[in-house]
Amino acid sequence: MDWSVVLPYILSGISVGGQYALIAIGYTMVYGILRLINFAHGDVFMVAGLMMIYFSASMPMYYSIPLMIIFTVLLGYAIERAAYKPLRTAPRMSIMISAIGVSYLLENLALYVTGGLNQNYPGIPWISDSITIGGAVTKRVTIITPILTIVLVVALILLLKHTKFGMAMRAVSRDFDTAQLMGIDIDRVISVTFIIGSFLAAIGSLLYFTNYTGVVPTSGAMPGLKAFVAAVFGGIGSIPGAVVGAFIIGICENLIKGLDSVLMVNGITSQQFGFATFSDAFTFVLLIVILILKPTGLFGEKQTDKV
Amino acid sequence: MKRNLKKYLSLGLAAVMAASLITGCGVATANGDTSATAATSSASTAASSDATATSTAASGDAAAATSTAATSGDTVKIGVYEPASGDNGAGGKQEMLGMQYANSKTPTVDIGGKTYNVELVFADNQSSTDKAVSAASTLVSSGVSVVLGSYGSGVSIAAQETFANAGIPAIGVTCTNPQVTEGNTNYFRICFLDPFQGTILANFAVDNFKAKTAYCLAKLGDDYSVGLCNYFQKAFEALGGTVVFETFPEGNSDFTSYITNAKNANADVIFSPVSTEAAALIIEQASSQGVTVPLMAGDTWDSNVITEAATGKNIDIYVTTFYQEGGNKDFDEGLKAYIDGDATALQNNGGNDMIAAVSAMGYDAYYVALEALKNAGSTDPKAVNDALWKTTYDGVSGHIEFDQTNGDAVRDTAYVKKANTETGTWDFVAEQKAK
Repeated sequence: MDWSVVLPYILSGISVGGQYALIAIGYTMVYGILRLINFAHGDVFMVAGLMMIYFSASMPMYYSIPLMIIFTVLLGYAIERAAYKPLRTAPRMSIMISAIGVSYLLENLALYVTGGLNQNYPGIPWISDSITIGGAVTKRVTIITPILTIVLVVALILLLKHTKFGMAMRAVSRDFDTAQLMGIDIDRVISVTFIIGSFLAAIGSLLYFTNYTGVVPTSGAMPGLKAFVAAVFGGIGSIPGAVVGAFIIGICENLIKGLDSVLMVNGITSQQFGFATFSDAFTFVLLIVILILKPTGLFGEKQTDKV
Repeated sequence: MKRNLKKYLSLGLAAVMAASLITGCGVATANGDTSATAATSSASTAASSDATATSTAASGDAAAATSTAATSGDTVKIGVYEPASGDNGAGGKQEMLGMQYANSKTPTVDIGGKTYNVELVFADNQSSTDKAVSAASTLVSSGVSVVLGSYGSGVSIAAQETFANAGIPAIGVTCTNPQVTEGNTNYFRICFLDPFQGTILANFAVDNFKAKTAYCLAKLGDDYSVGLCNYFQKAFEALGGTVVFETFPEGNSDFTSYITNAKNANADVIFSPVSTEAAALIIEQASSQGVTVPLMAGDTWDSNVITEAATGKNIDIYVTTFYQEGGNKDFDEGLKAYIDGDATALQNNGGNDMIAAVSAMGYDAYYVALEALKNAGSTDPKAVNDALWKTTYDGVSGHIEFDQTNGDAVRDTAYVKKANTETGTWDFVAEQKAK
């Protein structure tokens, strides 16, 4: 078995997994605190990509990147304030519908602004250069992604575990009402959750679109869906779970795409099976299997409802 | 308080829905813009030529004037069934540009001794086979005499039955899959077919690159790319080569693993006639992975989306297409002036005035439709359908006449072009004829 054949697939799997992870954290944090699946999150990711395209067309990178991040954060904050905050006391289903509404609003706005045409993402100096690792040629961003993802996740976990604000966030996620009674400013905690989620989505979008340089209004849908699957896979509400889930999904997906080729190069088979076709189907089968075997996901909290 | 909150809530939700409705239509207006002005101008010419129309039209606004002109019977409607969004939005818009330019050049047609104004009615099929039928139905219910389109074979195949049931003939502009016209008498087409195109491409790969192994990549469930890959595979294997054929699912933007597969297969050429949106990603990822073998594709890749993606990269891209810029000087200059003179047109053409082959085909399709209307001597779709079988026309893309079995254009030439990665334009390589 020639393992060097497998390396490029693992590399791109790790890279795309890191990008899914950054989006998945946004899903999982919002779920942890609000018990809301923020369907608009994938579209925030797409809008971040579009903003980068428009900003970089008129100003240099060292302005456009921070500006893109700031505006994405503002967008996430604005969505929470406009579409979710007024619904805080409403049934959970209403908030969910509102999230779907925001998702369609963003997609259609993007369709209107871009005219539905593919927009080319700008090449970012240094990180979009090609490099060679163990015989596999890839972009530098492939290597940067997992490192940056892990650094950001560690920073986030430190924030949650060792700061007063992190404690407030954990308290809110544990029990909404009691936290409020203890004097925690719920609105502030929720806003910060959305700000962190959008910030990570902005970074994720920067890395993702540097690798896959085309932004269309539906660009956020697939990565958003995969990241959501990753969050559920790892146990929704758990940050390490989301990250591990995202890496597993990214790597498995790419291995499936390359399975035919790996088998053929190693002489195990001379016939094509067409596994590549099933790469997406695999992701969702994995989700179903996990949900059947372990309904709370890999790292999901075992919660017993107290009466 | 609670009451109030609910009120705001429902108001807010209603506003969101209304906003998405507006934005949804916004696209339609953006494309329809030129058509609206065309319709208005044709209405005003109608007013001058027809006394009854003047009296009624004078009081109304543009929309009312259009409808009066339509009922007074001297407007003939041509349906434009094209994608303005989705995977093939860029190509569809360029194809429409050709029609709009032709319409601005020749806004009237003499049918049965009477001068009619031609109104283009647009319907966006969103490059999607499940939106295709409703777009086609819109055209049917707006009373068009003949339909032009679409870019993309899948949507054309999906809408064929709708047009057939309504008895409306359709002229396929650049849909190259044989199934579009097979087994029906109402779908015609003015371009070459995929079996021809696939063979030409396979011959070219073997003759010029001495290719022995080809890697084919198509989009799962897409009639055009899967079909063309099949024809390419057939021709390539007949020439003694081997083919590795893979498909990727809808919404995929990570092609790195597919490109690694191509490298592992030791492919001498990568053949991937997919939509331009996916193509731009494939080109980008292939070049960053250091692919040195040529990329080949069919007519969809003949677009400035591709040249833009390839500019400044070390990659060879070859495509077959219908028309080579410079083929007809008057047309080239006229279309360039038209594109440069209209900001919307310029945006729809991708921001520059490079001429896409599909624009030339759209232009020819418009004139073929006018010829058919003239031959029919009536705006009745049935009469136009019958007349189309005998219609011939010498267009900018060559002589057009239909064979008598499927209504396909008799074509024997395709142009091979190569993307120039320095200037961002297409270089002419060869004119290929069927062997």
